[in-house]
Amino acid sequence: MKTKKNLTSLILPVAFLILVFLLDQLIKPTDSMSMLLTVLQKGSVYALAAVSMNLLNGFTGLFSLGHAGFMLIGAYTYAIFTIPSQARDSVYQYFDALIRVSFPEVLSGALGGFGYVLGIALAVILAGAIAAVFAWLIGLPVLKLKSDYLAIATLGFAEIVRAIFQWQKLGPVTNGSNLLKSFERTSTFRITLGNGTVISFATFVPVLIAVICISLIVRLVNSTYGRAFKAVRDDEIAAEAMGINLARTKQLSFCTSCFFAGVAGAMMAMVLSIAQASNFKVAMTYEILLMVVLGGIGSISGSIIGAMLFISASEWWLRGLDSGSFLGINAPGIFRNGFRLVVFSLIIMVVVLFFRKGIMGDRELPEVIQGWRQKRQSRKRRAE
Amino acid sequence: MASVLELKNITMQFGGVVAVDDLNMVVNEGEIVALIGPNGAGKTTAFNVITGVYEPTNGEISFCGKPVVRNHPQGKMKAGYKGSCAEYYTGKPVISPTPDQLTGLGMARTFQNIRLWKTQTVFNNVLTAMHSKSSANMFSAIFRLNAEEEKRQRERTAEILEYVGLSDVANELSTSLPYGKQRRLEIARALALEPKLLLLDEPAAGMNPQETAELTAFIEKLRTDLHKTVLLIEHHMDLVMDISDRIYVLDFGKTIAEGTPSEIQANKRVIDAYLGVAEE
Ligand SMILES: Nc1ncnc2c1ncn2[C@@H]1O[C@H](COP(=O)(O)OP(=O)(O)OP(=O)(O)O)[C@@H](O)[C@H]1O
Ligand SMILES: [Mg+2]
Repeated sequence: MKTKKNLTSLILPVAFLILVFLLDQLIKPTDSMSMLLTVLQKGSVYALAAVSMNLLNGFTGLFSLGHAGFMLIGAYTYAIFTIPSQARDSVYQYFDALIRVSFPEVLSGALGGFGYVLGIALAVILAGAIAAVFAWLIGLPVLKLKSDYLAIATLGFAEIVRAIFQWQKLGPVTNGSNLLKSFERTSTFRITLGNGTVISFATFVPVLIAVICISLIVRLVNSTYGRAFKAVRDDEIAAEAMGINLARTKQLSFCTSCFFAGVAGAMMAMVLSIAQASNFKVAMTYEILLMVVLGGIGSISGSIIGAMLFISASEWWLRGLDSGSFLGINAPGIFRNGFRLVVFSLIIMVVVLFFRKGIMGDRELPEVIQGWRQKRQSRKRRAE
Repeated sequence: MASVLELKNITMQFGGVVAVDDLNMVVNEGEIVALIGPNGAGKTTAFNVITGVYEPTNGEISFCGKPVVRNHPQGKMKAGYKGSCAEYYTGKPVISPTPDQLTGLGMARTFQNIRLWKTQTVFNNVLTAMHSKSSANMFSAIFRLNAEEEKRQRERTAEILEYVGLSDVANELSTSLPYGKQRRLEIARALALEPKLLLLDEPAAGMNPQETAELTAFIEKLRTDLHKTVLLIEHHMDLVMDISDRIYVLDFGKTIAEGTPSEIQANKRVIDAYLGVAEE
């Protein structure tokens, strides 16, 4: 039983990754199905962002609203450390770039293709690590506060970060209010074979990062630390009385959550091909929060489903509402710019009204499927 | 007989209310000691001070002979202090550990108003309590390098549940249990910490006479089988008189009597303040 469970939990992600890899090769950017790739790319960014937020809000009961700020830090860190040297001066056109190292470039010089991959991985990890360091510094004073103050403090932090990253004085590092571009991104994740065939990893890479990070979070949640997080969430006083160090446990959860927010920020940069501080507004945090709530607070599969549905609806299914025709109905008068958002908000309201605890509640997908199976079996038995 | 817990001049003042005044108490190894008194006498407050939930306004607590908590009236409290022995600890360094630090020394408690982890199963409530005992860091926990320890903790949890008689409900949600069993689970959770000293706050509250009798035997067993030292708060006088070695009686924060059960039962002040009315 146990080995079977381990096997399926390994086979499913691997099969999924192979499928994504194939889709990358089969769907051309001009196909109508190319939206599927966009959804998978952005969906994996937001899925990781939502799961990492859920780790803090859902599993530890600490309400933070600083996610966009930590993602911004991750996006910039990743971008800065992957800009190739020949592109650097045109990116930093008004400044003298201070950081003059590109991990993928340096490492591929030394180790070839493997070095390139390693360089990307290092930049992504550094993105998470720097976000985590900031989280630690903020956590020191703020985690002592009651939870609602934490929300306000982190919200403020995110806004300050956004302002500071656009500050001209920091231009040599952050490029001031100008955006960062030309760094290693999904469109550069490709290999050209000898005969000219191009193998693309544009969707595969972000999906892979999300799969790895989310599995790490799942394992954390199901470990002794996950139990400590839930104890703090359910009853702080009892947790403390049972020897759980509140300050340390909260700090761990906060830093881990922000580490993965930083990674999601790095993914965001590679998917969008740009990093610009003004994109990381509070609205982004609210969107992620909405995904968490839609999916179910305290359910990791819920957050993934919430993120995927949200991105599919906003990027794909409801696109027609903005551009004249939807489900074969042509009504340019109604279906014009902005109508999508109206419908979208209505759908969200309906979902929130009818699924009070989100789509999954606090259960995970395997439990729910097992529940269905048992129900079907017992019905069959009754019928016989 | 070595003392496990010793309270000296412990005073807890909330604003202008002195909830506990100059409490002096010793609990020796292997003893069962009871703390009794009418509602609002300050018993739970005393527990909260011992376990670090509150920092006492004045006084000192030693655990296994070592001072672990110490304070004297400071700041605003200095002028408004209404308790006794104000000057006793002024020169000495303040020690104010967090509850988890005190628990780490070897004490574990239960709560009068049950505080189980509500979203968790009975099994997980006990298992979670072992977190502070586990040596895993976050990385070894994520990569399951602590599988051995995890397995041991799970086995130990099953043993404890067996011991307290909750094996059959191990996978139920903790809040779905009847009151009496929730209180047992609180004791099970405390036992998971392998404490020297168990502090039980009204473990028999809400129990019928039969359940109370079972609990009495169970607490006795904790001492004889597991060699635990027990400090308990209880309103069920049969239980208290049955198993306590010594009893402290609080009334309006003040200690009005201490002694063996027979001494307490004969004490005129205690009968007037508490026993006379408590015999419902
Ligand atoms: N945090 C607090 N702030 C202010 N007053 C408090 C606080 N905690 C307890 N008190 C007061 O201290 C007094 C003692 O309360 P405590 O809960 O210790 O009584 P008790 O002896 O446990 O009573 P019971 O038998 O009803 O449980 C009460 O008057 C209570 O109102
Ligand atoms: Mg009480």
